[in-house]
Amino acid sequence: MSQKKEKPPVLEVTDLSICFRMYDRGLNQKELKVISSLNIAIHAGEILAVVGSSGSGKSLLAHAVLGILPHNSSYSGSMKYCGQELTPHLQKKLRGKEIALVPQSVGYLDPMMRVGKQVIGIHGTERQQQEVFQRFNLSPETAQKYPFQLSGGMARRVLVSTAVITDAHLIIADEPTPGLNPEVAEETMRYFREIADAGNAVMLITHDIDLALSIADKIAVFYAGTTVEIAPVQDFLEGKERLRHPYTKALWDALPQNDFVPISGLQPYAGSLPSGCPFAPRCQYRTDDCSGEVEMRKMRGGEVRCKHAT
Amino acid sequence: MLLEVKNVSFGYSYKEPILKNVSFSVDKGERVGLVGPSGYGKSTLSKLLAGYLVPTEGEILFEEKPLPTTGYCPIQLIYQHPEKAVNIRWKMRQILEESWTPDDAFLQKIGIEKQWLDRWPNELSGGEMQRFCIARILGPKTKFLLADEISTMLDVITQAQIWQLVLSIVKERDMGMIVVTHSEALAQKVCTRIIDLPTLNAAGR
Repeated sequence: MSQKKEKPPVLEVTDLSICFRMYDRGLNQKELKVISSLNIAIHAGEILAVVGSSGSGKSLLAHAVLGILPHNSSYSGSMKYCGQELTPHLQKKLRGKEIALVPQSVGYLDPMMRVGKQVIGIHGTERQQQEVFQRFNLSPETAQKYPFQLSGGMARRVLVSTAVITDAHLIIADEPTPGLNPEVAEETMRYFREIADAGNAVMLITHDIDLALSIADKIAVFYAGTTVEIAPVQDFLEGKERLRHPYTKALWDALPQNDFVPISGLQPYAGSLPSGCPFAPRCQYRTDDCSGEVEMRKMRGGEVRCKHAT
Repeated sequence: MLLEVKNVSFGYSYKEPILKNVSFSVDKGERVGLVGPSGYGKSTLSKLLAGYLVPTEGEILFEEKPLPTTGYCPIQLIYQHPEKAVNIRWKMRQILEESWTPDDAFLQKIGIEKQWLDRWPNELSGGEMQRFCIARILGPKTKFLLADEISTMLDVITQAQIWQLVLSIVKERDMGMIVVTHSEALAQKVCTRIIDLPTLNAAGR
């Protein structure tokens, strides 16, 4: 632990905001803010799980770190890799080598290239590819197949292989497990854990809170483009009372193994966010205070963005 | 019996059949969970049952009759990826009304806002689009639902919302249902019975 304090975090994102430029009517353009004042930090040896609603900006964060946001977007705030500011030049140098991405969609595979060759990429070797396939229960013949010949779960394992074959210091895994059966999903998680224990950092973006709980160290909860809570994994395991933000508690209630009861309503759109706390319209503890600026504050070993959290 | 699968075999090539001699049946009001590792033919079986693929051997009977080859199929499939199940050059209204025209009360119940009808598919999130995909197949002629991992890419709150909705309609109309999922907790919550596809498949070999 003491060593962690001395070294800068592998990835530190401070006050990140991302805007998209969109056409409104005719030639008028408007700025759509999709991520606002987001903060996260991942240290060496840590796995940070990022959970939250669909469309809350989890994938955008991953793309921002790698510098692969679409052209009509802009960002403010700071992103640091091992203490160094991530400039477009540095991002280009690091991605694929020191920072690796497991993309969200199996559509990221090249449909015209045999998957073995895709996994080897520019920096890998055939031997590494065979080892990693064996690890993920992919038969050696799989390397000779094209993406359309694979099932959803097999394609997913190929995607994970492309990232873990590198000696990346930071792995960003964007939903690596949908469509995988529990055994393979757990094997994938064990692999990430080993990578982290070897002194690397992993950012795991997922909807599968269970899986996140089994290996992550910290959990960051996203809602409508911002972090609402950062909690040690232990708090999730101990139950709802230990959690801080009302949205996190709602997530807990909606899990199939808990009550499976959803709260009503939808996450507000990026263009029509309420002022102040974005969760306020769906929150039972809402008061007039909530429409003002709500800052992230420290609480019980975690952080929360809520005026009423105790 | 509502749905009967009799000795069905299927393979994408002659050399390696994925499904070999699979038989089972599902009655009204039953919700059967179909589980198994990836690559064992769960999605293939779903496509066979919905009539998108034809078995190489064996037959699939719905209400004692083979599946219709033209017109509306009473067995409807909800796909894993809603973005791949809609025509991206159609607006949501056309996508929804290709199948049937739900009234306002239905749309409200399923959580579709009227302004979404005039949007293109790329202007909706996955959860919103999945609501359309579910609404579209819940027309009066549908008697059996196949849910192929319909909620894996959704956050848990949206997942719970969508399942409450599907379950309420399936129970109300006494439909049969097959649920493909990898989540044991989810299967325990929504299914009345669970079938392990690898066991079923091996038994037929």
